[in-house]
Amino acid sequence: MTFPSSTATDAAAESADTAGTAGSGSAVVGRSPGQLMWRRFRRDKTGVVSAIIVLAFFLIALLAPVIAALYGKDPYTTYGQNQPGLLNEFGYPIAPNGGVSGDFWFGLEPGLGRDVFTQLVYGIRTSLSIAVIVTVVSTIIGIAMGITSGYIGGKTDYVIGRVIDTLLAFPSQLFLIVFLPVVEAAFVLPEEETPVWLRYVSICVVLTVLGWATIARLLRAQVLSLRAREFVEAARVTGASPARVIFKELLPNLWTPIIIQATLALPLYVGAEAGLGFLGVGMTEPTPDWGRMFQVGANVYHSDVTYLLFPGVSMLIFVVAFNLLGDSIRDAFDPKTKR
Amino acid sequence: MTSYLVRRVAGALVILMIISAITFYLFYAVPRDPARAFCGKICQPETLALIRHNLGMDEPLFVQYWHWLVGIFAGREFVQFGSCPAPCLGYSFATQEPVFSAIVDRFPVTVSLTLGASVVILAFGILTGMIAAWKVGQPLDKIASSSSVIGASLQIYFVGPLLAFYLVDTMQLIPRPSYVPITENPLDWFTHLMLPWVVLSIIFTANYTRMTRSQMVEQLAEDYVRTARAKGMSSRSVFFRFAWRGAMIPILTIFGVDLATLLGGAIITEQTFSLHGIGELAVRAVQNTDLPMLLGVTIVGAAAIVLLNIVVDVLYAFIDPRVRLS
Repeated sequence: MTFPSSTATDAAAESADTAGTAGSGSAVVGRSPGQLMWRRFRRDKTGVVSAIIVLAFFLIALLAPVIAALYGKDPYTTYGQNQPGLLNEFGYPIAPNGGVSGDFWFGLEPGLGRDVFTQLVYGIRTSLSIAVIVTVVSTIIGIAMGITSGYIGGKTDYVIGRVIDTLLAFPSQLFLIVFLPVVEAAFVLPEEETPVWLRYVSICVVLTVLGWATIARLLRAQVLSLRAREFVEAARVTGASPARVIFKELLPNLWTPIIIQATLALPLYVGAEAGLGFLGVGMTEPTPDWGRMFQVGANVYHSDVTYLLFPGVSMLIFVVAFNLLGDSIRDAFDPKTKR
Repeated sequence: MTSYLVRRVAGALVILMIISAITFYLFYAVPRDPARAFCGKICQPETLALIRHNLGMDEPLFVQYWHWLVGIFAGREFVQFGSCPAPCLGYSFATQEPVFSAIVDRFPVTVSLTLGASVVILAFGILTGMIAAWKVGQPLDKIASSSSVIGASLQIYFVGPLLAFYLVDTMQLIPRPSYVPITENPLDWFTHLMLPWVVLSIIFTANYTRMTRSQMVEQLAEDYVRTARAKGMSSRSVFFRFAWRGAMIPILTIFGVDLATLLGGAIITEQTFSLHGIGELAVRAVQNTDLPMLLGVTIVGAAAIVLLNIVVDVLYAFIDPRVRLS
């Protein structure tokens, strides 16, 4: 495996290390680029804190059923309607601040009277899982298309390039909401109710189809410049198969842009999925959804602004943490670039 | 210049043709049959066939697309709805109104919203970015940079209702957002759109602050800046007369790309403040599976983006004398 781009930083980091440990007389330790990146990342306090916050969100999403069981409520029961004294005659929580209390930590949903805390925890689970699936799938498609386009070149490159251009010229948010019913209509007859899993899959499909082009274009450009480098040429001359060149020579040099791009994309997908929920074309009731909570929040904010704060502040914290984490990862991978 | 424009417009028309063909195929190839919706609960096969004929849906797909395309330039006749003068995008299945006039009715709202937001984004984003670059490393720069991280992470559907609650409901500082035509009362038009403009531009402004700052810092390290300084020009004049021009070129490029995203943001902003614009039209059409309306909105939206991109490219030539349009 060749790593031409990292040799300089390797040497620099090692000389710095030897300078630091010269007094103690310990031997020079060889480190892989991955280890170097990890060492740089650990020293970045903002990055570590953001990583912990992001991890916490993923844990909440994963452990939603456990959290709900420990807390003793579920996101579907209409507590406010079942128990008298929680909602007033207009359907708003009687207790101040949206009904926040020891029983209902984040209050009650106006109208239906469901528990906001479990709604949010399960909603994060829905939205994050969609965002993760879309990020992974669109990144894989983007890698495949980008490398194919850049490495093979010629007519293939031209066709893929035009597809990418067209996709990027689309007003994607508009297409997102427009194509959702189309994808669904392809599978469901108009008389039938759309099953939940189908809505979930079609959201993933539409986000992926509109999302892979960005990373594909980036990787295509990277491959074009890498292809002309000596080490790739050397591998080809010595008879390496295209598959070997791609997996052993090109891919190791592409992980940095791929990971950076994926960390940029994930919060965008969370926002896009939530935007669909807000517009009323995302996940349908009764599946809890982070974005649909904003729709409810926008309808009830005149009388109960507290409700809106929980999904809003939690999403703000998540996106800020993820963006800062992305910046730190970029710094750790590529210490030469300055923000 | 003229030949450049002609070529760009021709290219834009080709792209719009491709987009419309793909969209048309995707919409009308699905098994969801709009004729059934017209037919009602008890639907005789003969009635269904008649409705299909009236809607022009009994012909092969490419013939239907051809009719749709011709309709835009020459108008067309519907047995169901009567004549539809050019430019005809068909009739809404849900409301039976002509698609084109529905879009035209709502166009001023979306244009006012996006244009106003663009002004806020460019003016405020570039200003704060330049202040940050002027005071690099100083407290003012740190404040601008860190608030732009938070600004870029905010969501329209969160900030919108929140600001509306505090500024409109509680403090009553500004009127409730709505659309007043500028021809009716320019002052009301302005005050009623103020909040939507601010909310739509918050996320983008933060990005432009970051980009302007890094572009300015980069430009200040260029040779021409050093030359100007060496010849005795004050750093202030170099900064405000030379460097910012160089920094604006990539910013404009990105703004051209962002226009599509801005349109997407406008959809959410319209929904947040119940403004009756194109976005709201699209969302309602999605909920009703109103295919002609969706097709019309998609094409008009794509056409707007493609056209505005040409305008942005022409603007380069005015800002950067090195750019020659050919």
